[in-house]
Amino acid sequence: MRDAALSRTRVVFRHPLTIRVAHWINVVAMTVLLLSGLQIFNAHPELDLGSTSSFGAHPILAIGATGDPRDRGYVQAFGRRLYTTGVLGLSRVDGQPTERAFPAWITLPAEQDLATGRRWHFLFAWIFVANGLVYLAIGLLSGRLRRRLIPTGAELRGIGVSLREHLTLRFPKGEEATRYNVIQKLAYLIVVLALLPLQILAGLAMSPGFDAVAPWLPEAFGGRQSARSVHFVIAMLLVLFVFVHLAMVLLTGPINQMRGMITGWFAIRTQKEA
Amino acid sequence: MKRKAFDRRRFLLGGLGLGGALALGGCGRLASSRTGQTALQAGDDATKFVQRLLLTPQTLAHEFPASAISASFYANGSTDPDDDAYKALAANGFADYRLKIGGLVATPFEISLDQLRALPARTQITRHDCVEGWSAIGQWTGVPLRALLERAGLKPQARYVVCRCFDTMDSDDPDSAPPHYYESIDLVDAYHPQTLLAYAMNGAPLGVPHGAPLRLRVERQLGYKMAKYLKAIEVVDSFANIDGGKGGYWEDNGYDWYAGI
Repeated sequence: MRDAALSRTRVVFRHPLTIRVAHWINVVAMTVLLLSGLQIFNAHPELDLGSTSSFGAHPILAIGATGDPRDRGYVQAFGRRLYTTGVLGLSRVDGQPTERAFPAWITLPAEQDLATGRRWHFLFAWIFVANGLVYLAIGLLSGRLRRRLIPTGAELRGIGVSLREHLTLRFPKGEEATRYNVIQKLAYLIVVLALLPLQILAGLAMSPGFDAVAPWLPEAFGGRQSARSVHFVIAMLLVLFVFVHLAMVLLTGPINQMRGMITGWFAIRTQKEA
Repeated sequence: MKRKAFDRRRFLLGGLGLGGALALGGCGRLASSRTGQTALQAGDDATKFVQRLLLTPQTLAHEFPASAISASFYANGSTDPDDDAYKALAANGFADYRLKIGGLVATPFEISLDQLRALPARTQITRHDCVEGWSAIGQWTGVPLRALLERAGLKPQARYVVCRCFDTMDSDDPDSAPPHYYESIDLVDAYHPQTLLAYAMNGAPLGVPHGAPLRLRVERQLGYKMAKYLKAIEVVDSFANIDGGKGGYWEDNGYDWYAGI
């Protein structure tokens, strides 16, 4: 522990306006895409591999209800069944136990309404793509993406140290806190350059119109239903990323982090000069 | 100092949570307002605009080998129309069935199933994508819609082809008669080489669950565009005055008219 008397706080400019605006547009777009996506999933709560659906014969994932009357909700993955009554498969709608994959409190709109869910999803998909393209263009043209996100060889070799820091929840507070550490860089790179583009492609692979333009696209995923499964799995990985991201914000000073992403200014602790 | 920061943090997080809950609750109301509807429509318009830029009138949907045909093909929506005229036709094996082609055409006509089967046919094995998310692959044989439209001769005002169907659907209004299923496509899709009036599926006459005696195939769009149980083909300049005015039964119930995604 550093002696508090020997350190003082300095405020540095960390996030430029374009990045901050892109970040918050992204928060709204990804939230709407997730909740409307769960609404769309509910219309056919099964995932398959290949071009066509198995209709319950051998789905890799299915969420439904069982019993007579149907009173038990379940999630079935790779043949194993987990009962999830009250949340997944069977949940209350206006007080009545109702068969639906994801519950009303996490879908957009809340009631079962595929048509409106699709409209939300596709409108915010456009907003998400436009925002992402602006972010990437600025990041590439300014060289910021390379400077801030590509780890150096030395950083990659130091990944063990960074991993230990994360696992023991000890994070840098000084000058080091203004730069992303190697695990942060890799996580952001994987999300920005792999998961999000792949997510857009998997979404497009489900479009019969786009598939006529690019018949190779659904085939690259192993068929339209495989693309649908990939789209769902990536959505869940993005949810996991957001949970870890939020946990890190909470653990490293949420007020300071929020101020950094809202105003751009971020406080660091520096050694008092003698 | 520490205590103050903690309170501020709680306040901020509480505020974020409350804001989020309000935003979600508000989304439903926003979506049903007129402005909300216009905004949500913008996404569909953008999708149609971009897909029409990318798709030429001749771009074909992928056709699969015979080995890819689904062993069982789910029949969705109406599977046995509750309509007296339809039941009478079905009881006689559709021998008395006549498809009517009319509206904004130079020479309206009627055509029987045998006459349709005698016309040059196209067979295609394609993937059927339902708006719900599932897919199945089937083989379809039928007459390209283009051939019938050319025979009838379109008037200059013609813009859309409306399919009138035998099957009736649920209505929000219990006092009015249940609406008949209908659909519409524009001339780009109507003249597309894969747009068929299909009378056979997987090498056998089209079964009742799949739309006997005749259904539409529009391979670059979703399943609800591919009307089953065709009664008549009507060429129009606008569908604003047909039923709900949105161009189809599902469109009248909130679904996009352009179903390429």
